Amino acid sequence: MDQEPDAELLARLRAGDERAFVTLVRRHHAAMLSLAAGYVPSMAVAEEVVQDTWLGVLRGIGGFEGRSSVRTWLFRILVNRARTAGVRERRSVAIGDAGPAVDRSRFDATGHWAVPPERWVEEADDRLDAAKLGGRLRSAINELPDRQREVVTLRDVEGLSSEEVCSVLEISEGNQRVLLHRGRSRLRQVLETELGRA
Amino acid sequence: MLPKLRLRRREIVCQQAVELITDYLEGALSRADRRRFEAHLAGCPHCTEYLAQMRATIELTGGITADDLTVQMQDDFIDLYRQWRADRDGQ
Repeated sequence: MDQEPDAELLARLRAGDERAFVTLVRRHHAAMLSLAAGYVPSMAVAEEVVQDTWLGVLRGIGGFEGRSSVRTWLFRILVNRARTAGVRERRSVAIGDAGPAVDRSRFDATGHWAVPPERWVEEADDRLDAAKLGGRLRSAINELPDRQREVVTLRDVEGLSSEEVCSVLEISEGNQRVLLHRGRSRLRQVLETELGRA
Repeated sequence: MLPKLRLRRREIVCQQAVELITDYLEGALSRADRRRFEAHLAGCPHCTEYLAQMRATIELTGGITADDLTVQMQDDFIDLYRQWRADRDGQ
């Protein structure tokens, strides 16, 4: 039942189904909160922004035309509200300026691996239980610079397409890829540290 | 076809390869760069491992399950919904 597509839930919500609303909220709440937190000074304000977004969804539900996916629509409403609410000077690192994917110290002077990646992929399945690994990844995502966190959350956690992410965040495909690259590279390093045989 | 005026660039090294991975996975490399990248991988087990790790990272990130709403938050949202309906129906 929780697998019901967003569009069907929205149709039921439009018809006045309270449970469809709760299912939609549960499905998207965590990502929306994480995204909102990038714009405002505290989690309390982020929660207000998310609530305000859902109220906006309810009020605007008749206006959803289905030209984008439901979640693209949701996230766009959220980002607009979060930007309006955002009083914090954003810690936005210039996009191309966030450091290398792998620390320079791991390469020799010719650019070849001096400290090659420790193997961990095979172990990821059985070394740690999924819940613990998920918790570690989630906190690593929360520690990413804002724009990286937004892109990683939307692309890799929520599964939006690159076009959807660009549309929600109003960034170019090129910038989206740079942010995704930095964010994913950081998460890979966290997993290597967590799971590698060091 | 225009003649290829560009000089053949040098082979890439590991430190460059790791920076190309997302563009590679996103299909955003030019054909020439993709060929250079794949040629590097073919001769470099460490970068091959690194690519596998990036793919595994993406997969593991996609497996994160959202924190479930607390009962309190769920009740708050139900209140929000009922309030909205009441307001709407009252108009």
